[in-house]
Amino acid sequence: MLVLLLIIIPVFFVLLTLMSGEKQAKNISFFGSLVTLALGIYAICAFKTDPLCSCFIYHTPWVKALGADFYIRIDGIDIILVLLTALLVPFIIQSSQSRVIQHPKSYFSLILLMQSALFGVFVAKDALLFYVFWEMALIPIYLICLVWGGEGRQKITFKFFIYTLFGSLFMLLAIIFIWLHTKERSFNIYDFYIAGSHLSPREQLLVFIAFYLAFAVKIPIFPLHTWQPDTYVNAPTQGTMLLSGIMLKMGAFGLIMWMIPVVPLGWHIASKYVVVLSVISVVYGALMALTQKDFKRMLAYSSLGHVGLIAAGIFSWNLQGVQGALYQMLSHGINVVALFYVCDIILTRMNTDTMQKLGGIRNVSTMFSVLFLIALLGSVALPFTNGFVGEFLLIHGVFQYNTGAAVFAGLTVILGAVYFLRAYQVMMHGQTNTLTQGFGAITKNEKILLGSFAVLIIFFGLFPNVILSISEQPVKVLIDHVHMVTNSGIK
Amino acid sequence: MEQLVYLIPLFPLASFVIISLFGNKLSKNITNLLAPGSVLASFVVAVLIFFSQISNHQAIQVPLLSWITVGDFHADFSFLVDSLSIIFTLVITGVGFLIHVYSTGYMHDEPDYNRYFSYLNLFVFFMLLLVLGDNFLLMFVGWEGVGLCSYLLIGFWFRNMDYSNAANKAFIMNRIGDLGFLLGIILTFGVFGSINYHQVFAQVGTVIIDGKLITWITMLLFIGAMGKSAQIPLYTWLPDAMAGPTPVSALIHAATMVTAGIYMIARCSPLFSAAPDTMHFISIIGIATALLSATIALFQNDIKKVLAYSTVSQLGLIFCALGVGAYSAGVFHVVTHAFFKALLFLGAGSVIHGMGGDQDIRNMGGLKQKMPVTYITFFIATLAISGIPPFAGFFSKDQMLAEIFVHNKILFALALLTSLMTAFYMFRLLFLTFFGDFRGTGIQKDHVHESPKSMTVPLMILAVLSVVGGFIGFPKELGHEINFPNSIDAFLSSSVIPHVIEMSLNTELLLMTITVILILIVIFIARLLFLSRKDIPKGDDAPMPLFKEVIYHKFYVDEIYEAVIVKPLNRISAILYNIVERLGIDAAINGIGTSVVNWSQLLRLSQTGGLGFYVIAMVVSIILLMILMFL
Repeated sequence: MLVLLLIIIPVFFVLLTLMSGEKQAKNISFFGSLVTLALGIYAICAFKTDPLCSCFIYHTPWVKALGADFYIRIDGIDIILVLLTALLVPFIIQSSQSRVIQHPKSYFSLILLMQSALFGVFVAKDALLFYVFWEMALIPIYLICLVWGGEGRQKITFKFFIYTLFGSLFMLLAIIFIWLHTKERSFNIYDFYIAGSHLSPREQLLVFIAFYLAFAVKIPIFPLHTWQPDTYVNAPTQGTMLLSGIMLKMGAFGLIMWMIPVVPLGWHIASKYVVVLSVISVVYGALMALTQKDFKRMLAYSSLGHVGLIAAGIFSWNLQGVQGALYQMLSHGINVVALFYVCDIILTRMNTDTMQKLGGIRNVSTMFSVLFLIALLGSVALPFTNGFVGEFLLIHGVFQYNTGAAVFAGLTVILGAVYFLRAYQVMMHGQTNTLTQGFGAITKNEKILLGSFAVLIIFFGLFPNVILSISEQPVKVLIDHVHMVTNSGIK
Repeated sequence: MEQLVYLIPLFPLASFVIISLFGNKLSKNITNLLAPGSVLASFVVAVLIFFSQISNHQAIQVPLLSWITVGDFHADFSFLVDSLSIIFTLVITGVGFLIHVYSTGYMHDEPDYNRYFSYLNLFVFFMLLLVLGDNFLLMFVGWEGVGLCSYLLIGFWFRNMDYSNAANKAFIMNRIGDLGFLLGIILTFGVFGSINYHQVFAQVGTVIIDGKLITWITMLLFIGAMGKSAQIPLYTWLPDAMAGPTPVSALIHAATMVTAGIYMIARCSPLFSAAPDTMHFISIIGIATALLSATIALFQNDIKKVLAYSTVSQLGLIFCALGVGAYSAGVFHVVTHAFFKALLFLGAGSVIHGMGGDQDIRNMGGLKQKMPVTYITFFIATLAISGIPPFAGFFSKDQMLAEIFVHNKILFALALLTSLMTAFYMFRLLFLTFFGDFRGTGIQKDHVHESPKSMTVPLMILAVLSVVGGFIGFPKELGHEINFPNSIDAFLSSSVIPHVIEMSLNTELLLMTITVILILIVIFIARLLFLSRKDIPKGDDAPMPLFKEVIYHKFYVDEIYEAVIVKPLNRISAILYNIVERLGIDAAINGIGTSVVNWSQLLRLSQTGGLGFYVIAMVVSIILLMILMFL
């Protein structure tokens, strides 16, 4: 029942928010997200004591004609993404504090709806249900970008929408194809694992490609990423946070749960190509970030590089790579949302994020400069920050797959430092100019949010085993399953 | 006793946390107590553990917490106490404490006083972690941690963009090395199945492991060392790092952090000894760095820059010695170098303090009357670094030279040449700064004064150490004769691979004598050239012969890096962005998009555009879905 509550509670608060007044909308939705967070933390604790508790499963027939069930279940892998989603949404809602939001009721309702759909994506263990939640998650974010976005939003949002929808359609085809090959016409994930593994190598490869298109657009992986920078820059801050913090993890999560274990031979055949594309993403994203003039766009490209590394780790398909990917999804979510918040703080005050126009902000607000630096160091993957654990494990994972790929992917260690430190220097160091003189101290709300991010960044840098120990066993099972199929497939 | 080792890094960490949490609300007096006090407390614990180590000579592992566990991969917070780590700990906390005390005087008027000390404490914490950890990843944590502190302290005066640039340069150059180190760790795990020192080294001799892999591992690790210890080609950040406050240069960029690479190689001596190719490479890089930077130091006019290049050169010399297997001699020189180089930097700081911030030796001269304590201590340090017996540098340099001599005569000749140049530029510095007539402005002349006690007392202590510190490593053959043992070699033999060399007493004495005579001649030449020289050109634009011009501009290495790496990188990324990203991929996708848009015009008719409608439609359909479920 607990797992069902995760999906229902946000919807319940959507109704409350819609019924409330314009002024209370934010507070009610914030309260709702806190309730969900409490539930998420409770779920983690309960899972640690008894992972097999029946409260983590909800299974009931749904569309009987098709054999689709409403089957949701929390396991050791998706619980990390559940935690991420529960953790970030309160921050995302509260980060709107210093801005005036038009139509607040709709805005915050959509954020909560999005949260509900995201939970659905992560816990669904039925392919059709997974697909429904997947598409459902697209609609609120589409509206958020379309209505509350910046200049030229129609065109950019439409591109984003078409892009992702295009990918998803291939996924639907793939799902139907596998479904046709299940013994009793079932959408159950475990039936999918069996049915997919028994397909011929050629068929598995085709299914692999179809899934890849859906997930690679979402993540995004080079060269399917061009919707991303424009959308991130154009979306309202909360939209950018939802997209970069949580939504792109849908794609990476899909790779781990719904793609590689379903078609192991497809992975076996294609892995070298997709690893190369992911590594290209890493270097390409970093090179793009290097040349950006606006901070927000730089963050968008830096994110492209970081998630490229996550994808590379997953496609390497070994324990370090996949564990690293899961951990980095959590870390990247926290870090990127913190940095977009930093960007929003600058934007609300200065009305620009063109780095050259800024400078010397550290003179004006010491607290801000320290908290910004901690968030940045998390992204630069300094030891004792969350980013280091993920990045180290990912490079380790890729290294076991291929040394050369690891060396290229490792360039992120250097290039990340180059563009992040340069950005920090240009905006924060030097003397203040006429614009940045008026920056002023940061508000209490901003202090609390950034401070909490700093605490999370260091906490997860010091105690990664809290999370890693949860996912290790289920990840091992998935990895062994795939290797068993590929080994027997080769014979 | 060893079980208390975790206290050593804990004290400075606690002090860092307290100072940074309270920030400027903390009064200066409390900071003065807390920041140096915490390092002193660590020093006391270290001394106690040191005595315990002397008596039992055992490496002791002290596990604390687990950190990252994935499958067979473990990286834990646990410490290793042995003779090597305790020697480094003593230097870090001992010299570190003196520099903290000195800083209370030097930074007295700094408005960001507390921020400075919090960084300094954090640095000491990470440095201790680096040398006390019992596995590669913990060394890496300390390694990057000290890099962060170095970045923060070089750019301490962040309003100055040049300083801020120097800080970025240091961090990024170190990161290049760090990537090598990181890959080295991963490969170590791949080959040995562990990253714990003892488990790795225990396998080197027993299991049959492909020698090529060990060469790769050691090469990758050494790339890390090149970055941190400023060796060719990653050395150019260190001279720029002089932008930081002078005590920082003394602590981080002379006595401790830059010796991390030497610690790494000494720590991994079983691995490196099994990789002769890497060892040759280290020697060559070391001697090349030593010569190149000693040459540059000959003509520098900034007192700190001379010392910075001197540090690079001395580190190169140590690497050259490590490359021939002289691990304990290298560590010995790290110790004595920490004494006299810290002393030189702190002395330079005192001079700069007295000169009102001026660092150009062309404006100095005749300071010995006005700053007697600084002068005498600086003089002692100069004698020590030049290798005049019985000062500390003589013994350690002599041991390195002797061991290089046995191994390779050409390396020895070049190392000797480096030593001669060292004596030359150090005495040039000494003469131009303290002798002759004062060449600065009238205001400066009135301003020059001896520094306060908080600064001169550390100078005196370091001066004493620079005089007597060498006796812990008395020459072996001579020691046999007069029954005076080389105690540091014996002490280290339990943790690094000993370097056994065959050398007769006569050869040892002959080498020593020749070296000292040559050095005395060089000093005499420097005296003739600079002692009371009147015609010191003022500006940088005075004409110079071509070779001098090239050396004065540091062989244009920075400019070459800028032209060959930095600019092309920026250009490539700009070209990729403007052409591939915007005109290539995006345009292609948009082309597909446009055709889709045309088709979708039809579908658009069904959309009302009213926002409330969408939201309600969604909620209703979700509820319908839920209801459907229960039917």
